[in-house]
Amino acid sequence: MDLIESYKEELKLIRKPWTKFWVGLLILFVLLLPWYSPEHVTHICIIIFIYSIGALGQNLLIGYTGQISFGQNGLLAIGAFTFGHLVGHSIPWPLAMISGGLAAGLFGLVVGFPSLRLKGPYLAIATMGFGVAVYQTFVNSETLSGGRMGLLIKKLTPVFSLSPTNFNYYFNLFMAAIFLLLTYNIVSSYMGRAFVAIRDNDIAAEVTGVNLVRYKLLAFFISSFYTGIQGGLYALFMGYVEPNMFTFMESITLFVAVIVGGLSSVEGAILGAAFIVIVPQLLSQYKGLVPVVYGLTIMLILIFEPMGLYGRWMKMRLYFRNWPFR
Amino acid sequence: MPLLEVERLVISFGGIVALGGVSLKSDTQEIVGIIGPNGSGKTTLFNCISGVYRPREGKVIFKGENLLGHRPHEVAQKGIARTFQNLRLFMHMTVLDNLMLGRHVQFKKNPFHAFLRIRKEELIHREVAEEIIEFLDLQAFRNSRVSDCPYGIQKRVELGRALAQEPELLLLDEPIAGLTSEEKEEMAYRITEIRGRYKTAILLVEHDLRIASRLADRMVALDHGLLIAEGLPKEVQSAPEVIRAYLGDEEA
Ligand SMILES: Nc1ncnc2c1ncn2[C@@H]1O[C@H](COP(=O)(O)OP(=O)(O)OP(=O)(O)O)[C@@H](O)[C@H]1O
Ligand SMILES: [Mg+2]
Repeated sequence: MDLIESYKEELKLIRKPWTKFWVGLLILFVLLLPWYSPEHVTHICIIIFIYSIGALGQNLLIGYTGQISFGQNGLLAIGAFTFGHLVGHSIPWPLAMISGGLAAGLFGLVVGFPSLRLKGPYLAIATMGFGVAVYQTFVNSETLSGGRMGLLIKKLTPVFSLSPTNFNYYFNLFMAAIFLLLTYNIVSSYMGRAFVAIRDNDIAAEVTGVNLVRYKLLAFFISSFYTGIQGGLYALFMGYVEPNMFTFMESITLFVAVIVGGLSSVEGAILGAAFIVIVPQLLSQYKGLVPVVYGLTIMLILIFEPMGLYGRWMKMRLYFRNWPFR
Repeated sequence: MPLLEVERLVISFGGIVALGGVSLKSDTQEIVGIIGPNGSGKTTLFNCISGVYRPREGKVIFKGENLLGHRPHEVAQKGIARTFQNLRLFMHMTVLDNLMLGRHVQFKKNPFHAFLRIRKEELIHREVAEEIIEFLDLQAFRNSRVSDCPYGIQKRVELGRALAQEPELLLLDEPIAGLTSEEKEEMAYRITEIRGRYKTAILLVEHDLRIASRLADRMVALDHGLLIAEGLPKEVQSAPEVIRAYLGDEEA
């Protein structure tokens, strides 16, 4: 095999035949799941798909670029309400959805602006201010929020005579899959390399020609776009939006998803999204405990397993691969 | 016209004048050695040229254009690359990815190619990176994380990353410090090779005077932010000002 061919091989999404096999099996499982699982499980999966988009975006920002944002609740709200108002004015939903993402992306640039000067906890606090301000604006403006009842949104009509739940399952699975592929593509491109370079050593990145301002803002734009889409999809699934869906807790939740899943791991972001959707379900009798569980998990993870769930999985795999010898 | 003309650079930190009006020239494909005792301002000079620091006064004229006030990434785009005295690598990336970052300035960057996994450009630059891997003998470490590589390899990776930029001017800040004597010889050999292969001019900061004078066409000496001698390596090393500067350093 000549050199160029082998480079091409290395650039493929999936390289090893065995990985192909397992991924194929996983896809089959996910596709068949709604036919075997009870309806409430399917419902939980839908929410996981929706949250995994925001978690993937946050992971690009936190895990890959080394920046941080606690303003995601504001961006979710902007994405959801932009979507809601636009479909309300009979704009087709795909267009409205993309507009919601772009609106969030543009505001994401505002959130990212302090990152040109601030780092770590200072940046976290500055972005937190944005989230709180957006939330308050929606709470206080009936024109923006659609009043006490929020905005009603027409749900999509199921196709292929699927039940509404099953239809929403496939629809949101499809959306999540698109963002999953997009994320894989970004992190393996020149762009992803520049992001990681900024995280690993910003001075060296600049000296090798990475425009810090451009790439930091780009990271904020992209991750905010993801978050805006999450907001839009959530609104569409619920059939309405109101400001209280987007309290500061949502920012924390996405942050927890990234940390629990594992920083800079694409698969981890999905595991993290599953975690933050399932924990509140398990604790539905004791809602007040959810933040406590989040806090404790973050502490435990940072102490014992900084690589998150994904890191744990990798270690397990290594263990089984070497099984009789270890 | 010289490739690089540094004119009367002045920069100070608090009360310390790190550079007190340093001027310096370098021609195409010339190796200029820069020596001087600790704290004499050698690294600061590099930081000023590469845009990391902003000098208070002076000019950095590269190919006829004043670079002063340019951001570091702009300086890189103009064709200046550098290494750091205390390595600045992308520690969690592979050796190959570090080199590919060196290609960032040459890369035709199209976001849609990134989003849609169109990788034509990647293949073109991958070949250049492979050439550098071969030149620096890094094959065995191609896919290792840089943080897992021994120090000598890391030094080579940083040199490779700078070379990948295909610069016209290369600033090397103590490229052989901390290496074993065998590695030192190899690195010295590679530095002379670079000029022939990549046609770059080199500014070389080096404490090892024996190797520095062997590599350099010309040499300048700094002390307390001032240029105290300039000329052929032999002349500079035996200049009384230089001897005094180094002796004074030892007494202190
Ligand atoms: N960022 C900075 N802040 C404060 N002082 C600085 C800074 N950078 C350099 N200096 C000071 O400028 C002077 C020159 O430092 P520089 O690092 O350029 O010396 P050098 O010649 O590279 O020394 P060495 O041989 O030890 O590497 C020193 O007194 C140093 O303390
Ligand atoms: Mg120095």
